[in-house]
Amino acid sequence: MKSKRTGKPVFFIVFLLILALTYTAFFGIENYYGDTRKVYVKGAEDIRWGIDIRGGVEAVFSPDKEDVDITKEDMEAAKSIIETRMVNQNITDYEVYTDSDNHQIIVRFPWAAEESNFDAAAAVQELGETALLTFCEGESNETVILSGATDIQKAEASLNQETNQPIVSLKLTDAGTTKFSAATSRLKGSVISIWMDETMISAPTVNEVITTGEAMISGMESAEAAKELADKINAGSLPFALTVDDSKLQVISPTLGSDALRVMLIAGSIAFALVCLLMIALYRLNGVIAAIALLGQLAGSIACISGYFGGADSFTLTIPGIAGIILSVGVGVDCNVIAAERIREEFKKGKTIDGAIDSGFKNSLSAVIDGNVTIILVSVVLMGAFGTPDSLLAKIFSPLMSLFGSQVTGAIYSFGYTLLVGTIFNLIMGVLASKFMLKSISQLKLFRNPAFYGGKKNA
Amino acid sequence: MRKIDFNKAFLKVIIVYAVIFLAGAVVAGIFGVNLDINFRGGTKISYSYTGELKDADIKAVVDEKLEPKFELTKSTSIAGDTKTFEISLVGKNALSAEDQEALTKALTEKFKDNKITVYNSTSVSPTLAGTFLLKSLVAVIITAVLVVIYVGFRFRKIGGVSAALTALVALVFDVFVTFFTCVFFGLQIDSNYMAVVLTILGYSLNDTIVIYDRVRENRRLNPQGEIGELVNDSINQTFKRNVVTSVTTFLAVMTIVVVSELFGLQSLRTFAIPMAFGIISGGISSLFIAGPLWVIWKRSRAKKAA
Repeated sequence: MKSKRTGKPVFFIVFLLILALTYTAFFGIENYYGDTRKVYVKGAEDIRWGIDIRGGVEAVFSPDKEDVDITKEDMEAAKSIIETRMVNQNITDYEVYTDSDNHQIIVRFPWAAEESNFDAAAAVQELGETALLTFCEGESNETVILSGATDIQKAEASLNQETNQPIVSLKLTDAGTTKFSAATSRLKGSVISIWMDETMISAPTVNEVITTGEAMISGMESAEAAKELADKINAGSLPFALTVDDSKLQVISPTLGSDALRVMLIAGSIAFALVCLLMIALYRLNGVIAAIALLGQLAGSIACISGYFGGADSFTLTIPGIAGIILSVGVGVDCNVIAAERIREEFKKGKTIDGAIDSGFKNSLSAVIDGNVTIILVSVVLMGAFGTPDSLLAKIFSPLMSLFGSQVTGAIYSFGYTLLVGTIFNLIMGVLASKFMLKSISQLKLFRNPAFYGGKKNA
Repeated sequence: MRKIDFNKAFLKVIIVYAVIFLAGAVVAGIFGVNLDINFRGGTKISYSYTGELKDADIKAVVDEKLEPKFELTKSTSIAGDTKTFEISLVGKNALSAEDQEALTKALTEKFKDNKITVYNSTSVSPTLAGTFLLKSLVAVIITAVLVVIYVGFRFRKIGGVSAALTALVALVFDVFVTFFTCVFFGLQIDSNYMAVVLTILGYSLNDTIVIYDRVRENRRLNPQGEIGELVNDSINQTFKRNVVTSVTTFLAVMTIVVVSELFGLQSLRTFAIPMAFGIISGGISSLFIAGPLWVIWKRSRAKKAA
């Protein structure tokens, strides 16, 4: 059987493509229009790092009252409110998952970059507050006149034009307007108190009947306090209070985080260089090709993690995620070692360069495919078992996993993901690209000597 | 290259493993196994500080604040720029946020000059810890079943299901090696440990499959060959590849060990050290356990049939 020869330019084309992928995957393509950064291709710096690497907070919230019937809709509503609250706190790269079966909401967010003394416990507590604004009769919160959940349309921080004091002005809904005008006419001359959960904010006396559907809260400490309250009201109230006690709360300081990141980068670069040198020392030209293929595999993994294209979301990379990359690189090394050893064996049988490379790759294929498919199986199961409850894979495995209650263990999910993409890129780079590059480069006059491939020197 | 008789070496390797495991069990019995709160529940808070702090002084403050028994460990990075101490309450109910805050306040007030700040804090309730362990186990079992099905199918010509099962036996040895590595080095078994186990499972499995692939190929070339010889030849033919891959991956992981030791990063230690030893074991178990054990199985089946 005679196989087709691969043209000489193929090596250079594949090599350049891999270099281009590597460069863009690590450094990205971006443009500055003045101060605005426009990202066309995301680089490694756009990777979202897990809180175990860069520091941050992970908290698992559960409702205060266990006995209350909590629907899936309630959980989703609570999730969207928590998201709004985080945006209000300027935390934009948060992750929020709901686990409706166990009535849990899992929240992860990094340290805000500018805050070195971030009070994580307070931030988490604030996220779990009901934040229900109520207007009540008299100075107790027993008789509720208006409830923030249904009667208030919009809140806005502003200044009282007469006193120049910061206030929060409220726009009521139609139902709220009717209720409020009835209440103000009934309670004229007496007190209506305004409450945020169990805290009384102010207790003004009603001077006139209000029919315009507008109300205001005065007695704010500062303009910031007014803005905070308005944001809270606009974010809406949770259907139930959430607590983190006796559940899971993890806080990792950013110092620990940046250290881990730096160490990872240093260790990763040294390890990669070492692997490449070893491959080249052992397998000459095959080793050079292996190093290029490994670079391509790594770049492919990085691209899949960062999202690569400007609009795509970055995957969260954690320490176990890095373990996944290491394993996939290990398997990638293996794939090249198997091929190189096979080519050597073929030379021993007395084959020519073209023949040895052809059958070397052919003979190594089944081992590589079986090894890689097995690893892909493992990674898919991990993603299913430890993925977010609403991910596709988790749904496939849910009949089995629901027996044990689902719990998001993002770290292991991260391992599964990086292992999966790493192995897929190994199949592309280590199997296809390596073969094309080696077959093509062996056509060059310069490399027409078996010694380059581990065979005996041409006499 | 000299041919090694792997079938003969099988028993010796098993004995070496057994000795290591026995020693590990003894060490574990004396010093205990450092299970992280992820597996038992509890609270772990580490603080960074400057200057000097005496263990007894810290203990006195914590004793005042905390009822249950706690453990105190101090560590410094080799570079010397980060000093931390860690307070962990294992197995008990997790500390509430208020309790943690009170403890931090007490410590910072008592040691004003040491600039104590929270470095890392984690709380896990025992029930949640139980689910994590159970779920990990289920994931491993599902994976094992799928692997047996796939390997059984792909290697059906050489009796794949039995081959897959002995491959799994080899994996058990590797998992024990990672576990006892943690015991010998006094490393905490934390959430990273699961990632290590899974990595080693994948790595060792791949190693074994490469050997089986060679057996499959040799069986095609020599349908009448005796199984023991066939497997032994196949292992010898893939021996160099096994060593090169294991050494290369081991070196890469050791680089991470060395660099993280230099920077004193605990979170990477518990991950890279057991992984490095697991890789070595993964290579050895594929060569000396999976294949030879399979030969024993096949031979005993052949005897029964005869």
